[in-house]
Amino acid sequence: MLLALSAGLYAMFLAVDYRWNWSGVWKYRAQFGLGWLTTLAVSLAAMVVSVGLGFLLMLGARSRLDPVRLLSSGTIEIVRGSPLLVQLLIGYYIIAEALQIREQVVVGVVLLGGFHAAYLAEIFRGAVESIGASQLEAARAVGFDRSQTYRYVVIPQALRRALPGTTGQLVSLLKDSSLLSVIGIEELVQKVKVMNAASYAPLEGYLPLAVAYLILTLPLARLARKLEGRFAYET
Amino acid sequence: MKLEATALTKRYGAHAALDGTAFETGAEARVIALLGPSGGGKSTLLRVLGCLLVPEEGHVSLDGRTLPNEEEGALAERRGNGFVFQGYNLFPHLTALQNITLPLREVHGMPAVQAEQRALELLHRLGLEGHENKRPSQLSGGQQQRAAIARALAPKPKLLLLDEPTSALDPVMTGEVLDVIRELAEAGQSIVLATHEISFARQVADWVVFLAAGKVQESSPASQFFTQPQTELAQQYLVGLSKYR
Repeated sequence: MLLALSAGLYAMFLAVDYRWNWSGVWKYRAQFGLGWLTTLAVSLAAMVVSVGLGFLLMLGARSRLDPVRLLSSGTIEIVRGSPLLVQLLIGYYIIAEALQIREQVVVGVVLLGGFHAAYLAEIFRGAVESIGASQLEAARAVGFDRSQTYRYVVIPQALRRALPGTTGQLVSLLKDSSLLSVIGIEELVQKVKVMNAASYAPLEGYLPLAVAYLILTLPLARLARKLEGRFAYET
Repeated sequence: MKLEATALTKRYGAHAALDGTAFETGAEARVIALLGPSGGGKSTLLRVLGCLLVPEEGHVSLDGRTLPNEEEGALAERRGNGFVFQGYNLFPHLTALQNITLPLREVHGMPAVQAEQRALELLHRLGLEGHENKRPSQLSGGQQQRAAIARALAPKPKLLLLDEPTSALDPVMTGEVLDVIRELAEAGQSIVLATHEISFARQVADWVVFLAAGKVQESSPASQFFTQPQTELAQQYLVGLSKYR
């Protein structure tokens, strides 16, 4: 598959008679590596934030207390309904500034994690609400209280149903980390833009860029499929 | 045991599954069968008696003790009971063994080793030797129900409540499960059983509560109910059910 794709791309580049200039790209390899590490570190941290916060938002959206539920589902709708770019700009230049937080990476991780937390909250909520009434009744019947029912019955079963959606969301998060350049984080895409501009090579940097992202996203998808296999049981 | 209910009402939305009903059983009733047409309120009554549901109005008392009508008291009360439903009792992500040991450890505070011993003892007693580490989907319907009975029995419940435990099973599996229930009844376990298996109820029950349209129509010793039903509804029900068996 990958081979056929590469061959096709190669043929198309030949067809448009693109003149390669790899020497510029090679010169910036250290910067490229640094950007890749930044993307990796920021994304991993944001993933942790998004899963944790997404779980809390899901619990909030299912709360029996009206204010908690309204606040949580309102947050989810507003965050999902507006562009990440706007959230990053306002979050960093207005909110973080007002709160005197100047650490770009910290703000970036929180904003990126928070954005995807809203999506994950809905993926988690769908999974939790798909657990049937008979399972909830069985949990009550064996004497579990509310938190035991969540811990031993709902979450283990919901986990498996949430897994495919969650993987997709985390892959999106990884790619969205490229937007963090607008608040001055020198992640991979930003490094490539600088590199392309400096070496007068408009496209060369983007091919290794795509590969660098695939090196991160493909193992993620693989790991998820492995986990799905581990949780596989018929219901 | 003596069960007593007064003005019992339980609604689902506008529908009253139990409609201000009252009844009492004899003081010596031990195996009580809840009989009656589908939709008559058997399952709801069984859940209220076992404190799995709390009624909106009215009270249940067991041997003179009024059962709690709020969730916290009901939780404590139902931890002393065992339940088996029509199907989907077991947790699909756990093995038969884990299905039994998890509540023993987490609800009843039993040490892990002891819980496993108790679970194995019950699984073997109910003919599930060799199936301990299978998930529910790897068991037949009859095996699943027997594992569910084992789970319900594990904490030594005062009362075992069975809601149509064989309705989803074929005749062979039904036989397997009914054998187990009869053995339990003969061994002295207190049981409340909602069922359509009329000839089985005749064999094991010593008391019958007959419900239709959300109301208890008749509550009488089994020997009396099956030979001389008092209400016309009960007579029609018995005739209809014995037509083809």
